[in-house]
Amino acid sequence: MEQALVTKEATKLPPQNLDLATVRVLWKRDLVRFFRQRSRVLGAFVQPLLFWAIMGSGFSSSFRIQGAEGVDYKQYFFPGILLMIILFTSIFSTMSLIEDRREGFMQAVLAAPSSRVSVVLGKVLGGATLAMLQAVAVLALAPLGGFHFADVHWVLLLAHLTLTSVGLCAIGFAIAWWLNSTQGYHAVMSVLLLPAWIVSGAMFPVTNAPGWMRVVVAANPLSYAASGVRRGMGAMPRAMESGTPIVVELLVVASLAVVAVALATFVCRRSRA
Amino acid sequence: MESLQAVDLTRRFGDRIAVDKLSFRVARGEVLGLLGPNGAGKTTTFSLLAGLLSADGGTMMLDGAPIAPGARELRARMGVVFQHPSVDPKLTARENLVMGAELYGMRGAEVRERVAWGLDLVGLTDRAGDTVDKFSGGMRRRLELARVLLHRPSILLLDEPTQGLDVAATRRIWAQLLELRKRERITILLTTHSPEEAEHCDRILVLDKGRTIAEGTPDELRARVGGDMVALTGDDAQALAREVSAALGVETRVVDETVYFEQVRAHELVPRLVESLPKGRLRTVSVRAASIGDVFLKLTGKTLDGADEVH
Repeated sequence: MEQALVTKEATKLPPQNLDLATVRVLWKRDLVRFFRQRSRVLGAFVQPLLFWAIMGSGFSSSFRIQGAEGVDYKQYFFPGILLMIILFTSIFSTMSLIEDRREGFMQAVLAAPSSRVSVVLGKVLGGATLAMLQAVAVLALAPLGGFHFADVHWVLLLAHLTLTSVGLCAIGFAIAWWLNSTQGYHAVMSVLLLPAWIVSGAMFPVTNAPGWMRVVVAANPLSYAASGVRRGMGAMPRAMESGTPIVVELLVVASLAVVAVALATFVCRRSRA
Repeated sequence: MESLQAVDLTRRFGDRIAVDKLSFRVARGEVLGLLGPNGAGKTTTFSLLAGLLSADGGTMMLDGAPIAPGARELRARMGVVFQHPSVDPKLTARENLVMGAELYGMRGAEVRERVAWGLDLVGLTDRAGDTVDKFSGGMRRRLELARVLLHRPSILLLDEPTQGLDVAATRRIWAQLLELRKRERITILLTTHSPEEAEHCDRILVLDKGRTIAEGTPDELRARVGGDMVALTGDDAQALAREVSAALGVETRVVDETVYFEQVRAHELVPRLVESLPKGRLRTVSVRAASIGDVFLKLTGKTLDGADEVH
């Protein structure tokens, strides 16, 4: 112990430096943890592909869209699988917050001189990065689903995937922080987010759905994400288009991200009360 | 004078007052213990000081200047050790320390230097590359202690620092804490429900139901018990207590099937006590110098592990 321990260095740093450092630490930690757990890496890629292959072949004979007869279910479901990856990764990466905050690393983060918004951003960006990594890896298999890379509108596609990742991770954060119970978290996820994915048009077309469902679809932000991702994949027959302008879809998904992050920050700050 | 002071800290959960106008002052280099059983308000106090919870009332002073409980500047000056170590089991010891240093704004060479220092301090340099899930409880606690010292805090805040550790690990942690206090004049504030741990403190605040019921050095507190503590067990503790009171004229209390009474020069009394009762009436007799735990028993009628007095 060569030098005196006591200095006040951290108190002299501009607060935004500490906040950026917190974001970076939480982001890095999520990535290191993910790649360290081989079973998680493997599961992350195998599970959605398995789902896609099974559903794709199971529904291939009965699936037919009027005006888009050339689209088989494997192709239809592919954009939905991308969204599913994002949904499941968000759920998985924010579920751990409940334990982490009670008896894990997050305690140390909260006791450090960082703001609560940096805690939210670090965790959300960590989860969103993992979701994007997995989505992009699965995207490499798009030709198997009948897509051509040349037709993909990359900017639109990546914008939708990124914004949705941020939005869903932030919703997961808010729910995990607010409920502070693993069972409660599972319950909310299975009655809220999973059905939201199912009725987004990710699994089956919702354009000809009955009236009540069309209201649900219109109110569901994930419908706009699903449609946006489908558009981004390119070469979509007219009959499958949602009728919502591209810009509106993007705006809805961007608003989801912003509102969800604000909500997560509110919940995280209020937990001190 | 460098110090940390709390004045009338209060925290409610609904109708329940978990911390009721708690005040204390801890000077630079002092070890202050908050002693009490579970539910006394220790962990709530700890959370208020660490900034994890906001206070419903009260103020804090750092070196004589007012500071909000949980303020960023206060957090930057404190090192916080949690009851459940907050090291990440999936990360290596070194990664945990690096991230710990970065959370306090350190970068690059400074991080490397401080992490090497921290690993050396707690004797974990040769395990730096191992993930923490391979570590024992004592090693995790030491790693956590190293991590909270990286940013050179002037105040250490610890929640039940040796809870769940074996005797050797407890001794090692305390040797390290006292060494830090001596060499760096670091201020140590801890919560504990262990009388042995309280003996390490310069001053103790005894808490019960969120309020301070006594305060003093370990010696001052022990002086509140008149002499030694005698503990007896035998069939029907209540009846035994009455018999002992009648035979010796002492005031007894029964907690957890054990009869206790205070007695000056108790060793002289014990032979008389054993003779005055029928053979086999007593199962065990023990005499010991009064401990901090006995003080708590006397003040509250409860033991520190939470057993109530039976009347």
